[in-house]
Amino acid sequence: MSTVQDVTAAPVIDAVPKKAMSLGPLASLIILALLVVTPLFVKNFIIFQMTMWLIYAIAVLALNILTGASGQFSLGQSAFYALGAYTSAILMEHGDINYALTLPVAGVICFVAGFLFGLPALRLSGVYLALATFALATAMPQLLKLGVFEHWTGGVQGLVVTKPDAPEILATLGLKVSQDMWLYYFTLAVSILIYILSVNLLKSRSGRAMMAIRDNEIAASAMGVDVSLYKTLAFGVSAGITGIAGGLGAIAVQFVAPDGYTIQLAVALFLGMVVGGVGWLPGSLAGAAFIVFVPNIAESVSKGLSGAVFGVILILIIFLLPHGSRQLAYGAQRLIGKFRKN
Amino acid sequence: MTIQVSVRIAALASVALASLAVTDAAFAQKKYDTGATDTEIKIGNIIPYSGPASAYGIIGKMEEAYFKMINEQGGINGRKINFISYDDGYSPPKAVEQARKLVESDEVLFVFGPLGTPSNTAIQKYMNAKKVPQLFVATGATKFGEYKSFPWTMGWQPAYQSEGQIFAKYAMTEKPDGKIAVLYQNDDLGKDMLKGLKDGLGAKASMIVAEESYEVSEPTIENHLTKLKATGADILLSISTPKFAAQAIKKVGELGWKPMYFQSNVGASVASVMRPAGLENSQGVLSLAYVKEASDPQWANDEGMKKYLDFLAKHAPFANVADSSAEYGYGQAQTVVQVLKQAGDNLTRANIMKEAASLKDFVPDTMLPGVKINTSATDFYPIEQLRMMRFTGEKWDVFGPPIESKLGG
Repeated sequence: MSTVQDVTAAPVIDAVPKKAMSLGPLASLIILALLVVTPLFVKNFIIFQMTMWLIYAIAVLALNILTGASGQFSLGQSAFYALGAYTSAILMEHGDINYALTLPVAGVICFVAGFLFGLPALRLSGVYLALATFALATAMPQLLKLGVFEHWTGGVQGLVVTKPDAPEILATLGLKVSQDMWLYYFTLAVSILIYILSVNLLKSRSGRAMMAIRDNEIAASAMGVDVSLYKTLAFGVSAGITGIAGGLGAIAVQFVAPDGYTIQLAVALFLGMVVGGVGWLPGSLAGAAFIVFVPNIAESVSKGLSGAVFGVILILIIFLLPHGSRQLAYGAQRLIGKFRKN
Repeated sequence: MTIQVSVRIAALASVALASLAVTDAAFAQKKYDTGATDTEIKIGNIIPYSGPASAYGIIGKMEEAYFKMINEQGGINGRKINFISYDDGYSPPKAVEQARKLVESDEVLFVFGPLGTPSNTAIQKYMNAKKVPQLFVATGATKFGEYKSFPWTMGWQPAYQSEGQIFAKYAMTEKPDGKIAVLYQNDDLGKDMLKGLKDGLGAKASMIVAEESYEVSEPTIENHLTKLKATGADILLSISTPKFAAQAIKKVGELGWKPMYFQSNVGASVASVMRPAGLENSQGVLSLAYVKEASDPQWANDEGMKKYLDFLAKHAPFANVADSSAEYGYGQAQTVVQVLKQAGDNLTRANIMKEAASLKDFVPDTMLPGVKINTSATDFYPIEQLRMMRFTGEKWDVFGPPIESKLGG
C-alpha cells in the first residue's frame, strides 16, 4: 500500500460506535430532571441564559450530526442559523404567524437550502469543504443587507421580534409563568424532541449509512450505500436543525440583525462541537455551555485580555481532554463501575 | 438577664428610630431605586472590548478611568460610582444577555453608553419594558431619540441624519446647480446619513447623480471612486470610517478630480485620515465637527483641552492622544456625571431620565467653542450643533457659526 493511499484512506473523524453516541437511560433522566427543575429556583436572567444554552446546544447537535456522523466539516452553520432566524422573524413580524408554527417552516427552508448546498459540496472533502462552507458564512451577513430584501429583512437595522407570552390556559389553571420561563420550557420541549429524533436517526438505516461513509467512503459505496444521497441528506438535516435553533434564537433574543450571524458564530459552534466531543450527541450540551458561559468567565478574569484568557482555557481543555466532554463522561462511568464491583 | 437584654434592645431600637426620624426630616427628598444607596450609584455599560469593533473598547476604559477619578475626589454628592462594564463583542444576542445581566443580576440604576446601532436596537425594547434608562447610547442612529415611543432611551452624539441635512443645505447654497456623488458605507451609518442628505435636499434631491456603497470587508474602494468621477459630479460626499475615508481622499487626489469634497465626521481625524491620505490631497476638504481634536496644536492653550490632556496624563496613560474614541468616552462620562449632580438625592430611574432631559447649555471640556448640550422633555438629542470646517495646511479650520439641525420634534 502506498503512503498516498494511506493518507486519503485515513478517516478524518475517529470512528464512534453508534451505541456510544447517546447516553444511558439513567443519566439521561438525571440530566432531564435537572433541566426541568432548575428554572423554578433561579432568576429570570439565568433562565434566559439557560434558554440560550439550549438553543446553542441544538445548533451544536446539528453540527455533530454532520461532522460526527457523516464525517463532513462545516464552518458555515452560522448561515443556516441566520436563515432560520430571519425566517421566523419575518413570518412573525410581517406574517403575524404564531411563533411555534414558524419553527417547522424555518426547519424546512433550511433543510432545502442545506440539501442544495450539499450538492456542489459533494465534490469537496476535508479542509476544502470547510473552506466552501466558510465562504457561505462570510457571505451571509452581506446577503442579509441586500437592498432587494430590505423591505423584509430590515436591512442593516435588523428586525425587532415580539416576545411570546405564556399561553393563557396556564394562567387560568392558576400557574404564573413568566415569558422567560415559558420560552425556556418551550425550548426544552423542542430540544428533547430534536434530540430523540436525532438519536433515532443515527440508529436507523440512514444513520448507519452515514457512519459507513464517514469510516470509509469506498467501502460504503461497495456495499451499496448511495454516497452522494446520504452526504447531501446529512447536510440537509444538519441545516434544518440549525435553522430551528436559529428561529428559537430570534424569538429569545427578540431581534435579528446581520451582525448577529457573523463567522464568529460559526466558529463558536465548531468550538462547541469539539469541546463537547465530536460524534457524541449529549456532548452538545457541554459544548454549548462552553460557548455561552466561558466567555463570561474569561471576561471576569480580565476585560482587556478576555480573548487571550478564553484561548488559554480552550488550549487547556484540548490538552487535557482531547475527546471533549465525552472523555470526562466515560471516565466517570468507569469510576462508578469500579465502585459497584467493590 | 433577659430583662436587661430586652431593655437594651428597646433602648437601641428607640435610638435607631429617633435617628431615622431625624434623617427622614433632614433629607426628606432622598429617594432611591434599585442600584442607588447612600454610598453608591451602580451604572451599567456595554462596549465591544473584543470582536470586530474592539477599537471602541477604549471608550469603556476612558469612562472607567473618569469615574475612578470622580470617586477619588469624593464621588458625587458623597456617593461613589460603581461602574460595571461588560463586553458584547458587537454581537446583538450577547448585548441582550449582558443588558439583562446588568439589570436583573447586578441591579444597576441605569445603563449608560451601550455602543453600536445593532446592539442598542436589540436591547431597546427590553430596557423600555423594564423602565430602566438606556442613557446616552454611543451611536448616531436617528432612531435613538424618539422620546414618544421609547421614553427610556436617549442618544448623545449628533444624529447621522443631522449631518446629512447640514451638508445638503451647504451644497444648495454654495453650488445650487451642482451634481452630487455619494460614497457610503453599507451599514446604518451610511444609510442614515444618506437619508438625511435626501431629506435636506428635499425637492432638489435630483442633484444626486450617483450613489456607490462599499462593504467594510472590501480591501480597497478605489474602483467606486473611478466610477463616481465618470458621472461628472462636482460635489462628493464621502460617508466613511477612517480607513476608507483616507483611501477615498487619496484616490480622488490621484484621479485629479477636484469636487467640493464633504467628509463625514466619523472619518475626519487628522491623525488617522487626513495625514495618511496625504496632506496635498486633503487640502480644501470640508467636514463637520462637534469636538476639538486633542492632537491639534491649535487647541494647545484651550482651557478644556488642557484639562483633558491633564486627565490623560494622570488618570488614563493607556490612551492615545490621537484617538478620537478616547475623547468621546471622556465627553460622555462628563455628561453623565452632570446628570447625576443635577439629580442630587433623588436617584430614581424616572428622575435620572428627567434630569437627562433637562440639560441646559452644558459644555463638556472637549466640545468645540459654541457647541452646547441642551435637552428637554421633547428633545432627546443632546448634541445637535455642528460646525463646518475646512482642511487647510495641517489642520481643520472651523468656520461659520454653530449650525443647529433639529430632528423630529
